[in-house]
Amino acid sequence: MIDLIKQYWQPYLWGSPPNHISGLAMTLWLTVASCVMGFAFALPLSVARAAGPSWLRWPIWVFTFVFRGTPLYIQLLIIYSAIYGLDFVRNTPGLGAFFKDALNCTILAFTVNTCAYTTELLTGAVKATPRGEVEAARSLGLAGASLYLRIILPSALRRALPAYSNEVILMLHATSLAATATVPDLLKVARDAYADYYLPFPAFGIAAILYACLSMTFIWLFRKAEQKWLRHLPTT
Amino acid sequence: MSGYLRQLLAGIVVTIELASLSLLIAFVLGLLGAAAKLSPNRWLAMAGSAYTTVIRAVPDLVLMLLMYYSVQNLVNALTDLLGQPQIDIDPFIAGVSVLGFIYGAYFTETIRGAVKAVPRGQLEAAAAFGLTRWQTFSRILFPQMMRFALPGISNNWQVILKATALVSIINLHEVIYAAQAAIKGSSWPGGLHVLFYLSVAGLLYLALTTVSNFVFGYLEKRYAAGFERMAR
Repeated sequence: MIDLIKQYWQPYLWGSPPNHISGLAMTLWLTVASCVMGFAFALPLSVARAAGPSWLRWPIWVFTFVFRGTPLYIQLLIIYSAIYGLDFVRNTPGLGAFFKDALNCTILAFTVNTCAYTTELLTGAVKATPRGEVEAARSLGLAGASLYLRIILPSALRRALPAYSNEVILMLHATSLAATATVPDLLKVARDAYADYYLPFPAFGIAAILYACLSMTFIWLFRKAEQKWLRHLPTT
Repeated sequence: MSGYLRQLLAGIVVTIELASLSLLIAFVLGLLGAAAKLSPNRWLAMAGSAYTTVIRAVPDLVLMLLMYYSVQNLVNALTDLLGQPQIDIDPFIAGVSVLGFIYGAYFTETIRGAVKAVPRGQLEAAAAFGLTRWQTFSRILFPQMMRFALPGISNNWQVILKATALVSIINLHEVIYAAQAAIKGSSWPGGLHVLFYLSVAGLLYLALTTVSNFVFGYLEKRYAAGFERMAR
């Protein structure tokens, strides 16, 4: 066990040749990249789904329905192996190069997946905006984009914060699937360590502890965020 | 091709069995966990908190690999010690116990919240009528708690259903495993077979989650009998 730790502490924590990216850093990068991009796409989609014309609303509904109704593992397999398996994708230079890279594929799959969940969650928050707030804004002459940017979205994003913190934690946990697509994240390092030493408990246990530390850090950050932006609410 | 599709259907049956049995175990563990967390005994409450905190902080895939390989290792050490031939853990039993154990932690939180939502007066009234502890639980607390717990249970069920996809990683022959076997065994022009079989697997999952949505919608209505439907 000591040997395992001696040989693998760098890949777990600080990074080592050949990639110089540690499992911890890769997991963190996967989480942050997919959550940031997923959120950026989810914001306009949720407004369109809550208040857009019906030809925009139903395709977004189908999108969230399909991606929330199927396992992320299948989505990852489809993006990682099925799309690259198509001859025309492989033979188109730009597409082929993009889908050949496992990291591109996993980040794409995670982004699309978290985007679907976040869209649904934000749609609920936008729809739950109190009527009075909107009426007050309209009576002050706000309309269109400024009504959304100044009144509805700030209020809806605050309401969505607790649920969104859950989504980020779930996404952090979901990134462990990247190991199945050979991306060198925490779980991949753990599986390599396991294959080398055949000691499952320390190999996966260390990964589990590091994942738990990451989860606690995110939970703490979101608690700080809630204290800042939800200060007007009575504490429970 | 039809042979492969039949295997995929057989795989989805395994998925349903796996998810249902895991749900059952998780629910029972959830009841026990909630009882521990709400108990006046400090040690029991602490054990309950440790269970939910640790399990919910670690990804299910990591826990699954950790438990599966560690237990297999222990079994190997034991059989070596006794001079017996190696016993391989059945992936189905492993999947059910691991998923049940993991989602038991999520159910503990769901049920704990639901129990606390039942008005105290109900339990005091039960005590005043002289009901035994079991009668209070089965006739007063449980039916009322279920109304508050159902949205959480339905959510957990959907998560368990989708988490069963991970069990193919420990070699259980469920849908994804069947799809991957079908992909290995076929070769279509343009490489379309990979997309086809994975999409069929995805559609089977989609059908399952859609049907369960309707079932839980019905159940929520049933347990809300006598209460006005909350405004949306």
